[in-house]
Amino acid sequence: MFAKFRQGMLCAAAASRNAQRQFSVSSAVRSDAIFVHRDTPQNNPSIPFEFDQKNMQEAKKIMAKYPPQYKKAAMIPLLHLAQKQNGWTSISVMNYVAKLIEVPPMRVYEVATFYTMFNRNPVGKYFLQVCTTTPCQLCGSSKIVETIENHLGIKVGETTSDKLFTLVEVECAGACVNAPVISVNDDYFEDLTPGATVKLLDDLKAGKSVTRGPVSGRKNCEPLGQPTTLTTPPPGPGFMVRSDL
Amino acid sequence: MFRAAAQRAIVKRGLPGGISRGFCSSRAIAKEIELFVDGKAVQIEEGSAIIQAAEKAGVTIPRFCYHERLGIAGNCRMCLVEIEKSPKLAASCAMPVGPGMRVLTDTPKIKQAREGVMEFLLANHPLDCPICDQGGECDLQDQSMRYGSDRGRFAENKRAVEDKDIGPLVKTTMTRCIHCTRCVRFINEVAGTGELGTTGRGNDMQIGTYVQRPLVSELSGNIIDLCPVGALTSKPYAFSARPWELKNTESIDVTDALGSNIRVDSRGEEVMRVIPRTNDEINEEWISDKARFSNDGLKRQRLTTPLVRVGDKFEPTTWADALGLVAERLTKTEPSRVRAVAGDLADAESLVALKDLMNALGSENLAIDTMNSSRAPAYGVDIRSNYSFNTGIANLEEADAVLLIGTNPRHEAAVLNARLRKPYLEGTTQYALIGRAVDLTFDYQHVGSTAKAIDALTNDEHAFSKVLKAAQRPVVIVGGAVGELDSGADAMAAVARLAQSVPALVSDSWNGLSVLQYAAGRTAALDIGFVPNGQSSANGQPKFVYLLGADEIRPAEIPNDAFVVYQGHHGDAGAHLADVVLPGAAYTEKSVTFVNTEGRAQLTRQAVNPPGAARDDWKIVRALSEAAGMALPYDDVNALRARMADVCPSLVHVGERESTSAEIAKLGVQQLAEGGSGRAGSLDSGFVSAVADFYMSDVVSRASRTMARASASVAKARSSGLVADDASGQSTSEASA
Repeated sequence: MFAKFRQGMLCAAAASRNAQRQFSVSSAVRSDAIFVHRDTPQNNPSIPFEFDQKNMQEAKKIMAKYPPQYKKAAMIPLLHLAQKQNGWTSISVMNYVAKLIEVPPMRVYEVATFYTMFNRNPVGKYFLQVCTTTPCQLCGSSKIVETIENHLGIKVGETTSDKLFTLVEVECAGACVNAPVISVNDDYFEDLTPGATVKLLDDLKAGKSVTRGPVSGRKNCEPLGQPTTLTTPPPGPGFMVRSDL
Repeated sequence: MFRAAAQRAIVKRGLPGGISRGFCSSRAIAKEIELFVDGKAVQIEEGSAIIQAAEKAGVTIPRFCYHERLGIAGNCRMCLVEIEKSPKLAASCAMPVGPGMRVLTDTPKIKQAREGVMEFLLANHPLDCPICDQGGECDLQDQSMRYGSDRGRFAENKRAVEDKDIGPLVKTTMTRCIHCTRCVRFINEVAGTGELGTTGRGNDMQIGTYVQRPLVSELSGNIIDLCPVGALTSKPYAFSARPWELKNTESIDVTDALGSNIRVDSRGEEVMRVIPRTNDEINEEWISDKARFSNDGLKRQRLTTPLVRVGDKFEPTTWADALGLVAERLTKTEPSRVRAVAGDLADAESLVALKDLMNALGSENLAIDTMNSSRAPAYGVDIRSNYSFNTGIANLEEADAVLLIGTNPRHEAAVLNARLRKPYLEGTTQYALIGRAVDLTFDYQHVGSTAKAIDALTNDEHAFSKVLKAAQRPVVIVGGAVGELDSGADAMAAVARLAQSVPALVSDSWNGLSVLQYAAGRTAALDIGFVPNGQSSANGQPKFVYLLGADEIRPAEIPNDAFVVYQGHHGDAGAHLADVVLPGAAYTEKSVTFVNTEGRAQLTRQAVNPPGAARDDWKIVRALSEAAGMALPYDDVNALRARMADVCPSLVHVGERESTSAEIAKLGVQQLAEGGSGRAGSLDSGFVSAVADFYMSDVVSRASRTMARASASVAKARSSGLVADDASGQSTSEASA
């Protein structure tokens, strides 16, 4: 009797739950980076890092911009400079910058983990950042990603075995007018097509010089071919002004 | 975090971060303004936050990130309130008060907003209260009773964060973290070691140290109390008790000479944990890790029964036999050859009783368990200001120039070091140190390592003397160990000469010359005059030595043929020297008086019973006096306290700091100045650190496993270069001074 009653209750409970709501569980989106440091042979505090002479001078120039008691304001430019020298922001780089500006290392770790453009893991010689934000995606950035992945045999977030290329997706590169766009280290390559992307990658691999900017042949963000607006010379002073004035 | 800094600037007028110094040189006094909280008029200083005004009006606003002793973060949003004529709700912790402002703290709109905040906080918070150590004293749990819903609408996965290993004291369960950043602010602002921070951003933000490392702050345990949820809990106390099972006993800490106010939480006959009590005059609401975590030492190495040495073994015996044996030897020994030594943890009651007993016997051969116990400390016992912390701990915040001589306050009084750091953050105070250069968590000029540097300051041979002499509120803190050195009298004379050359140091309104004692029982022993007098050393070696918890004594100071009695609670160094051991009570097991380094008498309260046959210390001395046929004239603690009042009235003025008048203090300085031997080269020797290992400095902490682990963890961090070694601290060097 009791068992039957209990069964009935359970059924009722299950039914009411079903009636009440449909669980929709989205897939968990995890970050592409971890925010703790683990010592590895490539990245540990015992690997020395120091600015070379040229960069040291540059660093001193940067630090001179700030009053001595606010030295720590130089943190981001110094990290950037150090990343340029080292190729990526290793733990030694962060420790070194902390020492330069006399703050506890944790203050530098906070900043370096906050900004995604500090690469806390080694990257290839050519750091490919494909913009996949809406305008680029509308203009075919998904194809570009696919092309690079297929051509280099890596997935987003990976580095080729010859340590030449690292591919990452980034949010808006601010060059929507020339979409789709990828940036290779500090240079933008715009108006890409799958064919142009493969050529670019091959040229980089072969060590040939490449020209940054739109690969479609247009100048900056001007229209391809002839300009379509502002084709006449600009009107001079007095334009649209009453003649009696 | 930038927002946090800006808001803090509004409310505290302090500076964010550790290293930077401000430009302002004096404290601004803000004018009072009036506003209305729930219709009630409140007067409050301009620049205060609404939450403070509400507190003043008697309205408690729920909060997670706001803490009155930390900077403002304004990131939990739980303290939202409505301000009339303002379209949006405002975070009351970060919104400064305005004149005539009308604040509402309890409207349906506010309740709904707080419920929304709570729902977001709970979205990622695990539902593991049954296995969480914070359960029962959790802010999130409590506030969810009012603002939480009984079901969640968040069906997605909860955020997963890996737990951090930050040493043997603080246990982390980072999935429970609600990112209030109280711990980060405490470690960076108050503790000043800067190991904790936030890494990543957005949903991936986490609190931690980024690299794998232990916390090395002596105050790290306070982040357990600060954590409003169960993300940071006590590692040694993990899963051992629930707060509602514990008996709370308000007491006094004895692991250093500050007399920090603590609450001893016990269950049955076991002290489960120690947490701080608020006392703005002394410890604010912090305690050191040693005070908090050494309580497991109270369960180990305890002396539970009287012991008598037979051959090279201790045999248990009865109180009657043990006291009979001691009394027999005591009465048979020539009085001047009987010596009593007062240990670091001796309470005032037992000290007075023991001194009365010794005097009744006819012995004046009393000593304090210092580095040189055969000699009285160089600062003497005649004038109280010569051995106390005259400035007062709370008044350190007003100091504008601080000179530390022969002391490392970080180890000798960790909470005081946090207080010293406070004016540093305001950027108004300059610091200098004479002695071993250590990392004090604030910048200082290192004047020199020997006592000669004191004279250099007196004679204006160092840049800091100008700062010290120009200061309105100068402070000179002399380590308690300085007076115990072989050259102590000369060092103290040099200090006195310096004091005489700084006019503002000792005046009617300010006494900046302070001695920082390092042992809880020291000031009471000096107040009572528990020091050898002239007659004592003249009569040769003692034949009977009574050690009242004296464990630091060098075995060489006890002659081989002497009969040694050890009265105390731990089988440490002193007990090993003894012929008879009389088991006493630890500080959690007796209601006695301790006088802190300021000269403030405070009472401990008994939380648990002494183990086994152990007894209150003063009662043992009283029983011994009866066995020896010269019963002391007090039978209960009230009669004894009346006697204490006769000996030294300040011993019974509980909670009061009695300052010495400027005239007497100046006489004291004069006396010190005349005390030196004046021998050439007497100032050449360096200073000795009174507390070599912060985590293991007394019998309780030496018996504590937790403290041993903490000590090992910090030693490891130091050897692996994660922590700057003491000697190469962040101090500015001599050359730059």
